[in-house]
Amino acid sequence: MNTFEAVTLVPGHARAPGIALPPLSFWGGYDAERGLIVDATHPGHGQSLASRILVMPRARGSSSSSSVLAEALRNGTGPAGIVLAERDLILSIGAIVANELYASNVPVVMVDETAFAHIAAAGDAHIEIDARDAASVRLVLNPDAT
Amino acid sequence: MLTLSPRDTAMLNGDFGDGLALAMRIVAATARVMDADALIDISGAHIDGCLYHGAASLDFVERFVASGAKVAVPTTLNVGSLDLIHPELFRGDAGIASAGKRLMQAHLELGCEASFTCAPYQLKHRPKLGDQIAWAESNAIVFANSVLGARTSRYGDFLDLAAAITARVPDAGLHVTANRAARIVIAAPDLRASPHRDADFAALGFLLGGIAGATVAAITGLPGDTTEDELKALGAAAASSGSVALFHAVGITPEAATLDAALQGRAPERTIAVSAADLHDVRARWSHAKPGDALAAVSLGTPHFSVDEFRTLAALMGRHDGAPRCDIYVNTSRFVLWQLEEEGIAQKLAARGVQIVVDTCTYITPVMKQVSGLVMTNSGKWAHYAPANIGVTVAFGSMSECVRSAFEGKVCIDEHV
Repeated sequence: MNTFEAVTLVPGHARAPGIALPPLSFWGGYDAERGLIVDATHPGHGQSLASRILVMPRARGSSSSSSVLAEALRNGTGPAGIVLAERDLILSIGAIVANELYASNVPVVMVDETAFAHIAAAGDAHIEIDARDAASVRLVLNPDAT
Repeated sequence: MLTLSPRDTAMLNGDFGDGLALAMRIVAATARVMDADALIDISGAHIDGCLYHGAASLDFVERFVASGAKVAVPTTLNVGSLDLIHPELFRGDAGIASAGKRLMQAHLELGCEASFTCAPYQLKHRPKLGDQIAWAESNAIVFANSVLGARTSRYGDFLDLAAAITARVPDAGLHVTANRAARIVIAAPDLRASPHRDADFAALGFLLGGIAGATVAAITGLPGDTTEDELKALGAAAASSGSVALFHAVGITPEAATLDAALQGRAPERTIAVSAADLHDVRARWSHAKPGDALAAVSLGTPHFSVDEFRTLAALMGRHDGAPRCDIYVNTSRFVLWQLEEEGIAQKLAARGVQIVVDTCTYITPVMKQVSGLVMTNSGKWAHYAPANIGVTVAFGSMSECVRSAFEGKVCIDEHV
């Protein structure tokens, strides 16, 4: 079990299997109805983010990705939480708005490069993001499954 | 740690209603993401949220409509999903048309201006040097920062409207003088005599985006008579291939009287020389067609065409007789269309077979009659996004090459480099 320090970008709490991906543009790259990555050039093509912790350094491309992420969270096809390596405004705003409109509780946190590499290398291990209190953010990799 | 003004706190507490409270929660939450210590006032906004992406787009805006909130600063709107002046052009799903129309209407109910253009800087009232604004739409952001010298970070869906309603944004990013300094220098080749200057500026933009990413660059060596339309083409391409939100054109743009001013007195991290051959390679790379390939259509006006660009188009069309052998679409704003109608240019172009599309754009909504096959454009941005958005193959060339190709019905690229 590993615990990492993280910076809260969007508060919340989530615990789910991780999915590590290179930067994806949600706009044009994620089908928010079917919950699938549809960008044929992306290594995650065909995979779903539903009920996963998305581990991605940053978003790519258009700011319309905020809308697509919010739409996915509305439809229940979006990620349970997001771990970033940068202060990504596009994904954070999608989560902020979905948390407001749909009472979702999707946290977005940022970790340093070393921690990010460690988390991204952990495959689909369980990740817990506890960003309910900004003062003590915990990101636990592979917590004891029950 | 974010410190709010008493008025910000009052908004947050709901003293001005539920809509303002929601908007301020979003602005304050964004300030946390951007690590800002305070919020600042803005004097205008441009909103990209009126393009329909799904039910969440409408859910968000309807919350504000229901609360009776209004935008607190002059606010323009980006393109929507429909051409409201020519609704018969829409060839897509009726449900999406209806939701898209409602989304555009709901923004008007919030007090936004019915501009529906991605080039709000072509409207009569536009921001001035030093104005703090909240603009969305990548090409508009880079133009406002670079060419007008107004100050906006890269805003997008949701935050743009929240900023317009509260008239507040996080004091961070490109609102802050120090963050506007160029850190790299791009030395451009001599484009004064280029026969395809419009395509060269777009190609230079593509290179800039690839080299700079989100880093501010100063470009040296651009012609003294560089036009706003050329800077528009450069910025739109740079914001497509990279996350460019500000560049300085030394001797041309307002924060770059000299290279030293653009760098704010510091040394550049690196200087990259771009040659005419580099630009030729970029133009060739973005053109997925051979000379002689049959064309389905020509699409111009991404970002929206200016009156000057329409005058150039009319002059180029005048060099050819008869009717073009493929469809020609030009995207623009209703304000530019009205001016063209007053001057008689719109009628002349329509008589020559040019379809003017307003309020929207040919690469985000189904308006083109034929979307399979090869479409030629002089827009770097269209060349970048149209293949994935609407499934076309793109040929890239100057406006002059596009017009000649339309009349020949096949791709014509001038031989000279």
